[in-house]
Amino acid sequence: MQRTGAQIVWESLVKEGVTTVFGYPGGAILPTYDAMLDYPVHHVLVRHEQGAAHMADGYARASGKVGVAIATSGPGATNLTTGIATAMLDSSPTVFITGQVSSKVLGSDAFQETDVTGITLPITKHNSLVTDVRHIARTMREAFVIARSGRPGPVLVDITKDAQQAKTDFVYPETVHLPGLHEPEPPDAASLARAAELIEKAERPLILAGAGVIRSGSSQALIEFAEKAQVPVALTLLGIGGFPQSHPLCLGMMGMHGEAFVNSAIQRADLLLAFGMRFDDRVTGNLKTYALHAKKIHVEIDASEIGKNVKVDVALVSDLLAALKALGPIVPKKRHDAWLGEIQAGRDETRSRDIIHKESDGQLLAPHVMHDLWKTTGGGSVIVTDVGQHQMWEAQYYKHDEPRTLITSGGLGTMGFALPAAIGAKFARPDAEVWVVAGDGGFQMTQCELATLQQEKLDIKIAVINNGFLGMVRQWQEFFHDKRYAATPMLSPDYVKLAGAYDIPAHRVRSRGDVAPVVQQARETKGPVLIEFQVEKEEAVYPMVPAGSDLHAMIRRPSEENAEVRS
Amino acid sequence: MKHTLVARVMDQPGVLNRVASLFRRRAFNIESLTVGHTETPEVSRMTIVVDTARVAATVVAASLRKLIPVAEVVDVTHLPTVDRDLALIRVRTTPQQRGEIASLCDIFRARIVDVAAESVIVEITGDEKKVDGLVELLRPRGILEMVRTGKVAMVRGNLAEVKADAPEAVPAA
Repeated sequence: MQRTGAQIVWESLVKEGVTTVFGYPGGAILPTYDAMLDYPVHHVLVRHEQGAAHMADGYARASGKVGVAIATSGPGATNLTTGIATAMLDSSPTVFITGQVSSKVLGSDAFQETDVTGITLPITKHNSLVTDVRHIARTMREAFVIARSGRPGPVLVDITKDAQQAKTDFVYPETVHLPGLHEPEPPDAASLARAAELIEKAERPLILAGAGVIRSGSSQALIEFAEKAQVPVALTLLGIGGFPQSHPLCLGMMGMHGEAFVNSAIQRADLLLAFGMRFDDRVTGNLKTYALHAKKIHVEIDASEIGKNVKVDVALVSDLLAALKALGPIVPKKRHDAWLGEIQAGRDETRSRDIIHKESDGQLLAPHVMHDLWKTTGGGSVIVTDVGQHQMWEAQYYKHDEPRTLITSGGLGTMGFALPAAIGAKFARPDAEVWVVAGDGGFQMTQCELATLQQEKLDIKIAVINNGFLGMVRQWQEFFHDKRYAATPMLSPDYVKLAGAYDIPAHRVRSRGDVAPVVQQARETKGPVLIEFQVEKEEAVYPMVPAGSDLHAMIRRPSEENAEVRS
Repeated sequence: MKHTLVARVMDQPGVLNRVASLFRRRAFNIESLTVGHTETPEVSRMTIVVDTARVAATVVAASLRKLIPVAEVVDVTHLPTVDRDLALIRVRTTPQQRGEIASLCDIFRARIVDVAAESVIVEITGDEKKVDGLVELLRPRGILEMVRTGKVAMVRGNLAEVKADAPEAVPAA
């Protein structure tokens, strides 16, 4: 049956099981929007295309399914790019569809023309420009296959307006011919044997669990593996949720703002098992002094990550779940009580210095907000954070036990991510309690999506952590630039009034005692609620490994504060 | 060290751009890159010589392999190969000196392919060392212009054996 290119776009989306797309119309994508009305796909009208990209990304991260965003040519497409790069750095399976000017005027600087495949080439897993209606179905099919396969990522399909308008027979290809798409191979037997041998010999082993645990659905397999070999587990930021933080073997987050005892354990380990993580600089600190005593086993689906930052002794280029299933039976049952005891001593010392035990002197501390949010929600919410200090405090004090319950921009560190990504996450998991946790800086970047939230009648709770500063930058200025606060003090609108303008109930919290009751009240309110937490302005995230420093050389919380610590 | 990678890529618009963009953004250092048709109409072949002082060849090969239009990457550096580079060299010469150039060319199995009043164009094909050798001998006479294609390479022996012997682009460790 003959279909227009525009109809083929929707036919393809329906075939791929897409039920929700996020987008913004415009001239070059207009034929596709016109066809949309005839298809059972819900379209979410965003207020800025960056929001559409983050929504698609948030949808993908919350569900594991491909998120889809649509925009027009030129500025529509360029507005997507921050979100595309965010999805790229965090390997989020997403498909972006952009309208392009008619093929007859391509390359002539036509109105709203931009070289979109050129611009997005380095920030997509793959992209295609389609100028012929006969290629749309195949290109759409390929886009979904590529986005999902191996290490997932964003794929962009740029379709000229005339291709959307032209007609052809619609046949959706079952298979794709992509000789360059290499499906992951089973783990290599010799490497498995060597890995098992290293694990057998290790006395101070440590698992470094990254986003790959969540992406590959390996959480249960990881629990079984860690328990059998009794190996403690440290998490990357994006690995949080991949291994339950209430599990006795869970150490929590590693790296720049990981707890000192976790980083210390990495530096003293004799074997690191890196599972679905890529030795990012925020995790390793100075590579020259990183984990010098440890043999390293790297299980990673992306071969180009092997040896990129850290030389490893055994590499298993495979799907993590397949590798864990293969390793499980051949790994010996072991006890590492001495090693765990040593780690526990460090953990106890960390606890004794923890700000969470500090008595409130009237000021509200952001870590306390995170801790109380965790306690009040029972740890069961999907938390979508922005980027900065609040993000690190959330990672430190909200204890996630389930995969896909923390959604955050790790690799790119994109401010403005939280609100739109939470909207995407809510569509992916309508029954989940979804919280936005954002700073005053990041929230103001994409707060226009409050209108989207209301237009879609979404029940999302919003916590704005307002310290009147671009807090993380201010912290770096405090530590490394003699407290010269260049361009970091920041004025906020009255968030309660702002929410009111969108008809969203809102509260302002200034003291610790109000945190739990107001959070609980928000939870019991149907529909969105915004809570502004006015927190201490100049609190810093501790501990901290300064960028490029040795992992064991952390800046700890100043000791005068420890005098007030309760154990 | 220099590594020679042979990549079979889909003959599509923008493939060279993707490869070049990858090398640029990963700061991989290309010594030379050639691209041309192969025995299969839809497949082109790239021979890429890369300086691996900063980045391991395995990482370069694996990164290339991630590009969707790249079907296969083999590091042929340590395999027996036939390597060829082609150069066209315009050399200053008087009619009296032409004979001397011609005899040099004979030694190198190069050819004079164009003759003008004050110069000739020499064509030479061979591995890079041989081409370098002739270039050095011609240089004192005055090289007015030169173009080299960069290296192309093919593994020696039967194709089946080549495929079996070729090391994985990405070794396990």
